[in-house]
Amino acid sequence: MLTVTELQASYGAITALHGISLEVNEGELVALLGTNGAGKSTTLKSICGVLRPVQGSIEFAGESIMNKKPESILKLGISMVPEGREIFTSLTVAENLRLGAYTCYERSRYQQDLKEMFALFPILEERLSQPGGLLSGGEQQQLAIARALMSHPKLLMLDEPSLGLSPTMVDNIFELIGMLRDRGITILLVEQNAERALKVADRAYVLKTGHIEFSGTPAQLEKELDIASVYFGGSKDKSSEVTL
Amino acid sequence: MSGEFVINTLSLGSLYALMALGLVFVYGILKLVNFAYGEYIMVAGYGMYVLGIYTPTPWWATMIIAVLLAALTSYLTELVAFRPVRTKSLNAMLVTSFAVSVLLQNAVLLIVSPRARAVPLPAAFNASVTLFGVTTPLRNILTIITAVVLLAGLTLLMKYTVLGIAMRAAADKFTTTRLMGVQANMVISVAFIISGLLAGVVSIFWVGRSSSVDPLIGAAPLLIAFIATVMGGMNSLMGAVVGGFVYGLLFNVLSITLPASMVNYRDAFMFVIVILFLLFRPEGIIRGSYTEERVG
Ligand SMILES: Nc1ncnc2c1ncn2[C@@H]1O[C@H](COP(=O)(O)OP(=O)(O)O)[C@@H](O)[C@H]1O
Ligand SMILES: [Mg+2]
Repeated sequence: MLTVTELQASYGAITALHGISLEVNEGELVALLGTNGAGKSTTLKSICGVLRPVQGSIEFAGESIMNKKPESILKLGISMVPEGREIFTSLTVAENLRLGAYTCYERSRYQQDLKEMFALFPILEERLSQPGGLLSGGEQQQLAIARALMSHPKLLMLDEPSLGLSPTMVDNIFELIGMLRDRGITILLVEQNAERALKVADRAYVLKTGHIEFSGTPAQLEKELDIASVYFGGSKDKSSEVTL
Repeated sequence: MSGEFVINTLSLGSLYALMALGLVFVYGILKLVNFAYGEYIMVAGYGMYVLGIYTPTPWWATMIIAVLLAALTSYLTELVAFRPVRTKSLNAMLVTSFAVSVLLQNAVLLIVSPRARAVPLPAAFNASVTLFGVTTPLRNILTIITAVVLLAGLTLLMKYTVLGIAMRAAADKFTTTRLMGVQANMVISVAFIISGLLAGVVSIFWVGRSSSVDPLIGAAPLLIAFIATVMGGMNSLMGAVVGGFVYGLLFNVLSITLPASMVNYRDAFMFVIVILFLLFRPEGIIRGSYTEERVG
């Protein structure tokens, strides 16, 4: 469904991706793991058109989406839950959701979609007329996911949805991601929380300083490599690593 | 406080609020202070001059065409000048807006004249009316009514239409708005068109005060709009409106309280007030909740 080949991306003189390749098949939940600064967000930004890659190719449903505008890529069916949630803080929850459905608005279907979102995220119904900025981190994350789902994406990309959330909220979010996968939504999940991500993922890639360092099933990843070592770089020197 | 003072202040404040609103519509989304904004006002003024002097167009049609002309000019400058440099840098856009401003001024200098031209306006426009015991030019009352109608209309647009919601979202987080499928070019074009429409309406009343137009007529409104938005808050539409009315109030208070020998230095006093604002309340009277993200 999504095929990224030899993708290179840079910020001015800094090259963030040195030719990475990855694939997401229909119905799969693929995890993209890696430490801070590995290039995970850069990968997602390149796919959704926010960042212009330098080289390589990105194909979605058989069509090249390299250098397409973000708004066109969304229309093709890729929806993104950005890092840091990116809620419209001055807009109400209802208005945030309305923009989520910007490309596919149709009154009766919209009402139905809203009901479905309220079933998934009951808190949003309670907060409907409040500004997004007043929501807690966990509520904002739920809103960001609901907003992304309103466009009926074929591929949902989530950039560190568990970041900065309370442990219970992290549980909720991962439970939700599992549920979305079970409904057949194709998902590309970026996470630093490797342990949790591998529990829900069908396959995983590990990114390190702009290179794909591993790809395979969670079982393979856990068997072949000590997660902590591959995940946090330098397998010998574990003392200096970031903690989960 | 006399009734005359109230009506004058409401009228001046209304006009300044519209000026500021036109400037902030573009600023909100592009974070660009569009120096060419004054020239949209000028273009509408010359539109009224040409139609009024050389054609038999009725005055109401003249006004509508003038407003549309300003909107068209604004839209075209976006298309031709700003869009190509939008992804470069904010400085590139600022320089471009200077260039557009100078270019349009020089165009009328060459084509028309550096000297002011009389703009024919219906006599009723400047006729006196008496309202609540206050005698004032009809123009002042019309300014207030126009502002109320426009502000109400824009409020409805921004609050209850999906276009308005998208515009507010774009002013908050531009890139994320695009991720919702909202077309960047469309949002920016609409912002310029609304900015131009407001410039056109402002032009009718601004030109109406002197019944003449000259190539530099847009300079003062640009400055007023800028000062008003700094006072009111650059990051919200409400801030611009409030700033416009506060500017009108301060200006009229200065006009009354300053000794006759100093009244001509009102503008200098306004600058002092702006500097005080920048020092002690840089975010303006109304704190916008928008982030300072730029359009890339
Ligand atoms: N806007 C930016 N400007 C310059 N460098 C950036 C920018 N965003 C990210 N980078 C750099 O690109 C690399 C990859 O960043 P990113 O994709 O955000 O990593 P991750 O999401 O895996 O934490 C890092 O070295 C980071 O410093
Ligand atoms: Mg990241």
